Amino acid sequence: MPLDLFSVGDPIADTKAPTDVPIGERWSERQFRGRLVNPANRRKLTIIVVGTGLAGGSAAATLGEAGYKVKSFWYQDSPRRAHSVAAQGGINAAKNYRNDGDSVHRLFYDTVKGGDFRARENNVHRLAEVSVNIIDQCVAQGVPFAREYGGLLDNRSFGGTQVSRTFYARGQTGQQLLYGAYQALERQIAAGNVEQNARTEMLDLIIVDGRARGIVARDLVTGEISTHFADAVVIASGGYSNVFYLSTNAKGSNTTAIWRAHKRGAYFANPCYTQIHPTCIPVKGDYQSKLTLMSESLRNDGRVWVPKERGDTRDPREIPESERDYYLERIYPSFGNLVPRDIASRQAKNVCDEGRGVGPGGLGVYLDFAEAIERMGRPAVEAKYGNLFDMYAQITGEDPYATPMRIYPAVHYTMGGLWVDYDLQSTIPGMFVIGEANFSDHGANRLGASALMQGLADGYFVLPSTISSYLADGPFDKVDDSHPAAVEAVQGVQEQVQKLLSINGTRTPASFHREVGQLMWDYCGMERTDEGLRKAIDRIQEIRKEFWTNLKVTGDWHSFNQTLEHAGRVADFIELAELMCIDALHRRESCGGHFRAESQTPEGEALRDDENFAYVAAWEWTPEGQPPVLHKEDLVYEYVHLAQRSYK
Amino acid sequence: MTASMQSSVGNPADEKRGMNLTLRIWRQKDPSVKGKMVTYKVTDISPDMSFLEMLDVLNEQLILQGDDPVAFDHDCREGICGMCGLMINGQAHGPQQTTTCQLHMRSFSDGDSIDIEPWRASPFPVIKDLAVDRRAFDRIIQAGGYISVPTGTAPEAHATPVPKADADAAFDAATCIGCGACVAACPNASSMLFTAAKVTHLGLLPQGQPERNDRVVNMIAQQDREGFGGCTNIGECSAACPKGISMETISRLNHDLLGALRAGARPKS
Repeated sequence: MPLDLFSVGDPIADTKAPTDVPIGERWSERQFRGRLVNPANRRKLTIIVVGTGLAGGSAAATLGEAGYKVKSFWYQDSPRRAHSVAAQGGINAAKNYRNDGDSVHRLFYDTVKGGDFRARENNVHRLAEVSVNIIDQCVAQGVPFAREYGGLLDNRSFGGTQVSRTFYARGQTGQQLLYGAYQALERQIAAGNVEQNARTEMLDLIIVDGRARGIVARDLVTGEISTHFADAVVIASGGYSNVFYLSTNAKGSNTTAIWRAHKRGAYFANPCYTQIHPTCIPVKGDYQSKLTLMSESLRNDGRVWVPKERGDTRDPREIPESERDYYLERIYPSFGNLVPRDIASRQAKNVCDEGRGVGPGGLGVYLDFAEAIERMGRPAVEAKYGNLFDMYAQITGEDPYATPMRIYPAVHYTMGGLWVDYDLQSTIPGMFVIGEANFSDHGANRLGASALMQGLADGYFVLPSTISSYLADGPFDKVDDSHPAAVEAVQGVQEQVQKLLSINGTRTPASFHREVGQLMWDYCGMERTDEGLRKAIDRIQEIRKEFWTNLKVTGDWHSFNQTLEHAGRVADFIELAELMCIDALHRRESCGGHFRAESQTPEGEALRDDENFAYVAAWEWTPEGQPPVLHKEDLVYEYVHLAQRSYK
Repeated sequence: MTASMQSSVGNPADEKRGMNLTLRIWRQKDPSVKGKMVTYKVTDISPDMSFLEMLDVLNEQLILQGDDPVAFDHDCREGICGMCGLMINGQAHGPQQTTTCQLHMRSFSDGDSIDIEPWRASPFPVIKDLAVDRRAFDRIIQAGGYISVPTGTAPEAHATPVPKADADAAFDAATCIGCGACVAACPNASSMLFTAAKVTHLGLLPQGQPERNDRVVNMIAQQDREGFGGCTNIGECSAACPKGISMETISRLNHDLLGALRAGARPKS
């Protein structure tokens, strides 16, 4: 590999999981070996929590209940807006309520395998263990999960698993789980245990004597830049799919909190691991601001096809059966339209690259329910998929009962994130990272209904337990605004904000965001090549230069200025994009959602390279002009045997 | 389902491309100054754009001209976070019963003039232009919109069965996204539908029973303290609600409130 793009540093290892006991005992053993904080001492300890999604909201509430002083931060007006609210499908738990052979071990096994053997066994096993407690907690909070007529909880099979372990609340599971955490958080705010900081964005981390001790934040309403201090900092700021500009994330979802922590020394793990969801509504035009996901359950009855001929612009209903290519059924006769997310996405890209895509720009494939409507009858299709069909009609103005829907893949989750050990602590002592913001549990590919499980596992159960080991050494020496580390951090933030406003060029933040996003989609999306990634890296460096010389942001910093907010986030996305491409370039294997063109089987399927790449790539930031440093954490599989996935 | 739904395929924009519109938008620099309606023109607006994408187009133009873009709240842009909300031609979220982000420009015609204003209610003060402060809603939740169950104390999930009908009705009420359209649509600026949705959600579940009386009296007391108006059963709230929260929730709240007061429950001061 070229040493100009990165260098290799010392290996890194998780030292916290007690590997001297069997995997099923490690979590309880870790809790036993960890140190505790006496309840009377907890009120002397302050914890900052950034973000109020499933992970941050549940953590802030739980830490408040435990008696710590918590300071909670979110950029929206209310904690209830966090993007966890948009998760549709469900949450996995190894309850085995269906008596179908599920168990903690099976959920563990499925998740390690589903992650294409790039996740840590210890973390995943703990996730599976804790999953059952999450359901108990949420039900007690009043989360209205779907129920059977007997009054007990309903389950469904999700994402191709053979057991029914997914709990759900219609198509709004994330919303309902988030409101459970939100209400618990509001209860703690009312009780005075949690300080609320609405519309406040973290812009830097303050490190004192090697420990994370606070943050610099900007009040988005007044523009005021302020410092906040604590004995520990928890980052729960979500994923970074918006580096692609178009994704299914909320418009405000950003990488700023984790990226700035990365620049302060936190290693960033597997940044190139992103998940691309196959059943989203395609792009309509240049003005497109976001993409909308439709549940992949649609593939249970819909058939995916494109015309056999390139450039066939006929009305799909006029294309005879003999001139259609049901390509998933053709290539994967045994799984057909139900192949995993990564394969469905990549094949859609392939047929569009061949010029057989449909709709505006040729970036779409048909998802056809004509056969299902004939077989099941329209009322049955309506009952099963009505809300999704309505959503499609609302957005596209087309009637999916009359004509096939058009779908295209879109980025919707990032498995990569800040590196954490088993205690969820980053490489900066005292800074913990939870939920999608960390890298820990999903390897190279996340299974359906696992994101909600991980967010709540981290926030309700794991972090509140592990953080006490760290805090047992506290409270730490008092720090205030006058500390040199705080002064330096505040100054850096002020300088950046002023710089963004002073360039006065000719391009808006959105135009840079679109450009870098398109580049990432083209070269660091579903399929990557050595050549393409190098081209992208060169181009990103140029975009970065242009950004800092030709950006235009109106207004001032001491008021509500959404353009300024966006500009700061785009600056971080551009830097992250480069690291993602370097990570993708160095990982010369196909795994999970990442198809590396140079690593494929003779049949053109993804080829993993366990011999050379069975490790976590943890990247260390280096000052301007120096390449990032790669630290490898070897992945050891003691309980699940390495195997190649096959869906033929 | 949209009224103007087309059954054609391909790019529907081809058939109805390039609308020119006049926008009259509320501009207010901050809460301390008076706002006013300002007129803008936008051209070549695709009917496939969402309403917020149309505002994005306007804002890109304004930034490049060196003018202050229009501030408006939004986030998920898929109708679930509740962050967006505009009065469009005098209707909360515009002419369709959906969130502003899910309203599309095909609901308008070439040459239309569109009035765009923020939510109007004194408990929702304007922050800037079209963005308002809705933290009053969070304070109503803080007053009792929860079940007190510290993490780790929960019994086994199947310990208490919940009749499916109750669970389904609780879910319907729980779908409230807290956008504030109910308040904006109400001539009294009442938050009754918002409060009633939470009282109904939690009151229908066995888990919500121990705090049922205290919850309703405290949440009502808080919404009064915030300055929301009284409910006179007009029903504009439910008609504007993007999630279709029903007026029955208000009946249930009134029933619960009466029961709670009879039982001696009184709000915390």
